[in-house]
Amino acid sequence: MDTYREVILIMAATIRVATPLVIAALAGMFSERAGVIDLALEGKMLAAAFASAAVAAVTGSAWMGLGAGVAAAVFLGLVVAFACVTHRGNQVVAAMAVNIMVAGLAPTLALAWFEQGGQTPQLDLPGQRFLGLPWPWAQAARAHPLPGLAYAELVSGHSPIVYLAAIVVPASAWVLYRTRFGLRLRAVGENPLAVDTAGISVNALRYQACLISGVLCGVAGTYISTVASAGFVRDMTAGKGYLALAALIFGKWRPYPTLAACLLFAFADAGAARLQGVALPGVGVVPVQFIIALPYILTVLLLAGFVGESVAPRAVGVPYSKEK
Amino acid sequence: MSAGGRLPRWAEYGLLPLVNLAAALLLSGIVVRLIGESPWAALKLMVAGAFGSQDSIGYTLFYATDFVFTGLAVAVAFHAGLFNIGGEGQAYIGGLGVGLVGLAMGAWSAWVVIPAMIAAGCVFGAAWAFVPAWLQARRGSHIVITTIMFNFIASALMTYLLVNVLIRPGQQSPESREFGPGAVMPAMTDVLGRMGIKFASSPFNLASALALAACLLVWLFLWRTRWGYALRVVGQNPQAAVYAGISPERTTIVAMLLSGALAGCLGVNELAGSQHRILLDFPGGAGIVGIAVALMGRNHPLGILASSLLFGALYQGGSQLSFDMPHVNRDMVILIQGLVILFCGAMENLFRRPLAALLGAASR
Repeated sequence: MDTYREVILIMAATIRVATPLVIAALAGMFSERAGVIDLALEGKMLAAAFASAAVAAVTGSAWMGLGAGVAAAVFLGLVVAFACVTHRGNQVVAAMAVNIMVAGLAPTLALAWFEQGGQTPQLDLPGQRFLGLPWPWAQAARAHPLPGLAYAELVSGHSPIVYLAAIVVPASAWVLYRTRFGLRLRAVGENPLAVDTAGISVNALRYQACLISGVLCGVAGTYISTVASAGFVRDMTAGKGYLALAALIFGKWRPYPTLAACLLFAFADAGAARLQGVALPGVGVVPVQFIIALPYILTVLLLAGFVGESVAPRAVGVPYSKEK
Repeated sequence: MSAGGRLPRWAEYGLLPLVNLAAALLLSGIVVRLIGESPWAALKLMVAGAFGSQDSIGYTLFYATDFVFTGLAVAVAFHAGLFNIGGEGQAYIGGLGVGLVGLAMGAWSAWVVIPAMIAAGCVFGAAWAFVPAWLQARRGSHIVITTIMFNFIASALMTYLLVNVLIRPGQQSPESREFGPGAVMPAMTDVLGRMGIKFASSPFNLASALALAACLLVWLFLWRTRWGYALRVVGQNPQAAVYAGISPERTTIVAMLLSGALAGCLGVNELAGSQHRILLDFPGGAGIVGIAVALMGRNHPLGILASSLLFGALYQGGSQLSFDMPHVNRDMVILIQGLVILFCGAMENLFRRPLAALLGAASR
C-alpha cells in the first residue's frame, strides 16, 4: 500500500512539473515548425512569470495576471519576429538577446515597484493564484484508496492551467495536422519558397507562429509564478525553457511524442526529489545531479543519432528573403 | 547584409557599434526613467563607480579580463560559422582544471604551478567543447543546442563534484579548500609595486596580461596563419572550403577546441587570480557576456578588447550604482547586455542601411 501511495504521489508531482514544460514545448513546436528557432522560450516564460505575478499582486486577480503574462510573452514573441522575420536577423542571437534582457529587466522592475529585493510580493490572498479545483467526491474517495486515491490525486484537485495543458496537446495536434493553417505552417518550416510560390505570405505565417508561441509561453510562465509558486523570484524559470526545447527535440517536433518527453523529464524531476539519498537495488545511490542532467544528456544522445533520430524542420533558423 | 548596406571599414567597425550601443543605452535610460530615477545621474554614478578610484579601475579591469576570454571564445567559433553558446560551461569546466592543479600542486613553485594551471584550464575547457564539436562535425547535431545542453550538464557535474568530492571537510558551503601559495596569480598591486608604481589593491591580477596575449595570439592565428585562413573560409563558405581542400569537419573541431580553451582561461583570472579556491557557479554569466562582447567587438580582437572594457565598466559601475540608487541594481547591467546583443546582433541591419544611405549621400 505504501508503494502504491508513493507511486501515485510521484505521478501527481509529475503532472504538476510537466504542465509548464508541455505548454512551453508546444509553444516552441508552433514556432519551430514554421521555421523560427524558439530559444527564447526561457525569456518569454520568465517575462510572463513576472508580469502575471506583479499584476496578480496589484489587482488581486489571477486572471488579470494571466492576461498580463500572455501580453508580456506575446510582446517578446513579436520582438523576436520583428528582428528575425522582418529584419532577417540571426534567430539564435535574437532569442539570446530576449532571454538576457528579461533576466535583467524583470528583477529591475520588481525591485523598483515592490522594493522587496527583486521579487514580487507573496501571493497569499484568495484569488491571486490559480488554486486546485477539487472534483466531486475527491475527499470521500480517499477512504477507498485503490481507485480513490488515484482519482483524488491524479484527476482531481489540479489548477485550471493543468487541465488547459491537457486540452492544448490534442488541440495543437489537430491544428497542426488537420487544418489548412497547420499544413501551411508545416510547409513554411520545410520549404518556404514553395509556400511563397503558392501566393501565401511566409512572413505572415511566421508572425502568426511567433504569436501562438507567445500566448502559450505566457500561460506556461503564469503557471510557474502563480501556481507552482506564490510570486515571482529572480531567474525562477531556471532553465525550464531550455528543458522544454529539449523535450521538443526529444519529441521530434510532434505534439504527442513531445508530451511523452515532457512527462518523462518531469518524472525524472519528481523522482529525483524523492530518490535523494535512497539506494536503488543494484545501482546504489544515484546522485540527484545526475538525474537533473539526465534530460540534457538524453537530448544530446538523441540529437547525435545514438538513440533514435530527430530531424529538425528543414528551414528552421534560415531567414526567408523573397529576393533570392 | 545586402549590397545596399555596405559600409566603409571605419563605419563598420567604429560607427555602427557605437550607434548600436547608443540605442541600447537609450532604451536602458528610458527604463531607468520609468522606475523614477534620473538616467543621467545613473550614468554619472556608473562612470564614477567604474573609473573613479584606483581600486574601482582595478575591479573594472578584472571583470574585463573575464570578458576578453569569453568574448574571444565566442569570436573564434563565430569566424568558423559556429555559434558557441557553451562558453559558460567551458569556463566552468576549465576552472575545474585550473582548480585541480591549484589544489594538487599548490605547494610547488609558482613558476611551475601557474603555467600548469593555465594549461589545465585550456585543456579542460577544450575538452568540454570537443564533444559538441565532434557531434556537430561527425553526427550533424546542432552546435547551439548541444552547447546549451552542455552548459546544464557542466553545472550539474560541478555541483556534484563540489558537494560530494571537492568540498572542504567540515564545511557547509560547497567550496573547495584554498589553493596553496604557489597557485596564486600575482596581484597587479604587487606586480606594479615591484616596479615602483603604487596601485590600490583589487582582484586585478596578472591574468590580464594573459588576456592581452590571448588577443594577440588570436589575431595572429586568424589572420596570419594557414589554419586561421582555413577557419575563416569554412565560416564564410563551407562548400568553397571543400573545393580548396579544407576539411570543414576538422576545422570545426579545431575552432571549437580553441574556443573552449579560451573560455577555460576564465578560471585563471577568477580562481587563480581572485578566489583561490573552487566555488559554485564562479563564471557567474561571463560566458554569456562573451556573446555580447564578441558581437559588439565585431569578432575582432581589438573590438573585443574595447567592448570587454565597456562591459567590465558596466559590471563594476553597476554594482557601485546599487549602493547609491536603492531602486537600481546590477540587474540593470544584464538588461543593457541583452539590448546590446539585440542591436549589435539580431537587429544589425536596422541601423546599417540608414547609415549606409547617409554616408553614401554624404560622399556623393
